[in-house]
Amino acid sequence: MVASTGRQGAAEGLPTGATRRPLVAAEALVKHFPIHSGLFGRETGRVQAVDGVSLEIRRGETLALVGESGCGKTTTGRLLLWLLEPTAGRVIFDGQDMSSLDRVGLRAFRRRAQIIFQDPFGSLNPRMTVGSLLREVLRVHRLARGEAAEQRIGELLDAVGLHADEASKYPHQFSGGQRQRIGIARALAVQPDFVVADEPVSALDVSVQAQVLNLLADLQRRFNLTYLFITHDLSVVRQIADRVAVMYLGRVVELGDCDSLFRGPLHPYTQALLSAVPDPERGTERRRIALSGDVASPAAPPPGCPFHPRCPHPGVDDTCRTLVPPLRTLAGGAQAACHKI
Amino acid sequence: MGAPLLRVEDLRAYFHTADGVVRAVDGVSFSLEPGETLGIVGESGCGKTVACLSILRLLDPPGRIEPGSRIMLRDRELTAASEEEMRSVRGNEISMIFQEPMTSLNPVWTIGDQIAETLRRHRRARPAEARRRAAEMLRLMGIGFPEQRLDEYPHQFSGGMRQRAMLAMALACDPSVLIADEPTTALDVTIQAEILDLLAGLQERLGMGLVFVSHDLGVIAQIADRVIVMYAGQVVESGTADEIFRRPRHPYSEGLLRATPRVGRKMQQLSVIPGSVASPKLWPSGCRFHPRCPYAWDRCREELPVLRGEARAVRCWLEEEPARRTGGWDGAALAEDR
Amino acid sequence: MNEAAAGAEDRPERGHIAKAAALVPGLAHLLEGRRRAGLSLLALALVTLAVLVFAIDRVAATFTTGRVDYWVALVTLIGAAAVAWGVGFREALGGPRARAKGVSQWAIAWREFSRNRVAVLGLYLMLTLYLATLLAPYLTPYEPNTIGDMATTRHLSPSLAHLMGTDKFGRDVFTRVLYGARISLSIGLIAVSISVTLGTVVGAASGYFGRVVDTVLMRFVDMFISFPRLVLLITVIALFEPSIFTVIVVLGLTLWPSTARIVRGEVLSLREREFVEAARALGLSGARIICRHIIPNVLGPVIVAATLGLGNIILVEAGLSFLGLSVQPPTPSWGNIIEGGREYLVQAWWVSTFPGLAIVVTVVAFNLIGDGLRDALDPRQRM
Repeated sequence: MVASTGRQGAAEGLPTGATRRPLVAAEALVKHFPIHSGLFGRETGRVQAVDGVSLEIRRGETLALVGESGCGKTTTGRLLLWLLEPTAGRVIFDGQDMSSLDRVGLRAFRRRAQIIFQDPFGSLNPRMTVGSLLREVLRVHRLARGEAAEQRIGELLDAVGLHADEASKYPHQFSGGQRQRIGIARALAVQPDFVVADEPVSALDVSVQAQVLNLLADLQRRFNLTYLFITHDLSVVRQIADRVAVMYLGRVVELGDCDSLFRGPLHPYTQALLSAVPDPERGTERRRIALSGDVASPAAPPPGCPFHPRCPHPGVDDTCRTLVPPLRTLAGGAQAACHKI
Repeated sequence: MGAPLLRVEDLRAYFHTADGVVRAVDGVSFSLEPGETLGIVGESGCGKTVACLSILRLLDPPGRIEPGSRIMLRDRELTAASEEEMRSVRGNEISMIFQEPMTSLNPVWTIGDQIAETLRRHRRARPAEARRRAAEMLRLMGIGFPEQRLDEYPHQFSGGMRQRAMLAMALACDPSVLIADEPTTALDVTIQAEILDLLAGLQERLGMGLVFVSHDLGVIAQIADRVIVMYAGQVVESGTADEIFRRPRHPYSEGLLRATPRVGRKMQQLSVIPGSVASPKLWPSGCRFHPRCPYAWDRCREELPVLRGEARAVRCWLEEEPARRTGGWDGAALAEDR
Repeated sequence: MNEAAAGAEDRPERGHIAKAAALVPGLAHLLEGRRRAGLSLLALALVTLAVLVFAIDRVAATFTTGRVDYWVALVTLIGAAAVAWGVGFREALGGPRARAKGVSQWAIAWREFSRNRVAVLGLYLMLTLYLATLLAPYLTPYEPNTIGDMATTRHLSPSLAHLMGTDKFGRDVFTRVLYGARISLSIGLIAVSISVTLGTVVGAASGYFGRVVDTVLMRFVDMFISFPRLVLLITVIALFEPSIFTVIVVLGLTLWPSTARIVRGEVLSLREREFVEAARALGLSGARIICRHIIPNVLGPVIVAATLGLGNIILVEAGLSFLGLSVQPPTPSWGNIIEGGREYLVQAWWVSTFPGLAIVVTVVAFNLIGDGLRDALDPRQRM
């Protein structure tokens, strides 16, 4: 296994047996959103946002979920947090099936799993001061009150690189990067084990993006966090992830160790995706694998392999057009869903 | 060579608001030759979009182009042009495309109507002729079945297709300058790559000058011949793409490059430019980058450096005192920011 | 911001002047250069003083008449004086104002609003009118409903004794307009509060819970909106006796659907906002999310709708009383005063003109305030 910065801290505090068991597991998750139309809102179709996703997230690691818009990565994140209930399939958190949780269990779960959002402008209630939004979290979960709460708010702000006396300010008084830090502080307030970071740096300026990425890595080490890092930006993934899952049209098409996936992508889609990322070092000397056409709509996915209409692989045949390729484990331990590998 | 296609000299665009003057663009100069791509890189609030809008004189009050600014389209002074003249320039000689292909197209008209409209306005084309040309433009943009797609509405187009339709509209009248303001930012990487290739191909074929604005260094590196880096309303560095990305001389360009994650390799830790982007309401004194600069010394806090050089220009006191370039970004990365 | 800083700096130097300033409300503000606040306070203080000086006999009479409106007037007087002096004192004697660093959206909206001169003018007009209606018993020596000596006081033209003349029963029109304002404004305020509360609750529930709740509530709203209001009013009033109560209830019950629509729309977009999702991820309850995270964010458009609605309701009420479907004479309301003067428009133009002007001024003022609020509360301007 390749040791990486993110994993070291996590492995230390835990018995070896526990590292084997994943913290979060998705088993054949499916989420369909019905499309209603007409006067009586009859169901006229279904958006197959997530269509059979299985993955495991190990304790202390960062699993990146990558894909283009509409591939279902955000929905997958919401499903793992039980903010959406799956149409089919199971979510196992720390050995427990989420669907078996009652109200009390769900409340306890909310303390252990948190989310960080993309939009630093939309993710904070504009009418509440930073202090009051953190205080609310602490109070609802009966974590701290009064003086203790104020102290904890100070600690939290300090942990994300803000000053404690900024608690009386409102969100609009902060810059985008600072707001993202506030969002992180809110997620950390309940001392979670698992954090879903949904495009946490996509809306930030490059110079600020690096600050937040470093902060996330730093917090992971300090608080022993497990991340699901959802993003469309592959260069960010390279920097922060231990393992990567690539999604296309509601399915995971490739899953593997970060370094090996970037060095030798297996799935034609991953290859095309990687070749399309502009890199200031490569400049114009890149060789892009051209994809034709647009991503199909998740309301009407193509039959067979979801990628076949755009696939640059020379050997696309009837198997691709009719049979959905399963996610298979290959020699190096990587998984890919393609008939041609 | 005669006069350049587009020359902007000492462009200053200020917003006169109740809270005071916001100096969004504060002395920007550049020139553009036919067939050339000029990349403008900078983060939010650096004034790159305002600069583009100013060239087309599309700034809304309280925004204003300050006297003394010059915008020359070949040998015509655009700052002095009447509104009527400007209307015949926009979409005809200089076109612009924007970041959001969703909101830049009018949802109540078909794509064909919208492309034809520019043609009818500027070329006085007959309806049938405009439609024929519109279809031709769509084909040029790599859209299949153009005749059918002319009658579709924007919502029937995907994001990438909409950006292509926008391009078709912008290029319908054969403009000599195209200004593209973050045209691929809202698109997926694979679609972005297609649009970039399309733009490069079109430019080769049509020979227009292209001003390409982006915050994404990778995109700029890929498409631009020359690059200007903007910070806080000013140009801090300019040069060829190769010079800027391989040998950046301004601490900001250098820091930006080091803070950008790469797909090609994993960095030990990303360098960090401390603090946040300066606010246009109150630029820092002296060099506007000094509060975030690892090299800054007294002089930087007091005196605004001048942009030195012609084709390769840098706005930094380090150019005069290169000995002070020690420590720098590696030290800053370890120190982490507050 | 700069003012505050400047004020804090020169504070230690002003010793005696500051103490003297404490006695005159508004002076401290004026010394600090905050002209608008200073002048408003000064004006408020002068008004209360003037009322006390000129109407001291009627203030004294409060204790013997035992009438409610006299008591209301007295409390208002004391309240206004207390506010004027209190604010002045705090400014003059209080240490450096403890200004929290947090600038809320409301504070920004207020700053934005106060820059809009026309809207502020509307606000002052309204506050003045409201203060005047509350102080009515002290501002006029006449009774609104007592019929005067028909021979000597019928249809007197405006003069110092009767600012707006007298009507066919010899009653002082100024007095009746003041008391009529009380009725009209109260009907407006209460009806709007009913409709806003109902509309917000229905709209928020509809938008937040969606699905069946939304469908049922919104069809109900559609039904209400499609029913012609005037017909409903006339029917209800025909069934029950025309009274202030019926009018308030009917007006309140017919205006809420539009508020509900506005709120629902806002809530639908807010529900998708990430901070609401964050609240859900943090395990907050539905009620808490609605109250703490959603309602405060829909208040802006609701306030605007309410302000504009107030003007509208006052207009509708005036129309109803003109038709005799609302407040019944002799109780004055602007509509029925106008109706009373209608027959004598040529001989005694003042009877209908002044209440008419009052309606125009009030409605225009509410619309100015509403427009000002709309601009000030527009969230698109910030963030």
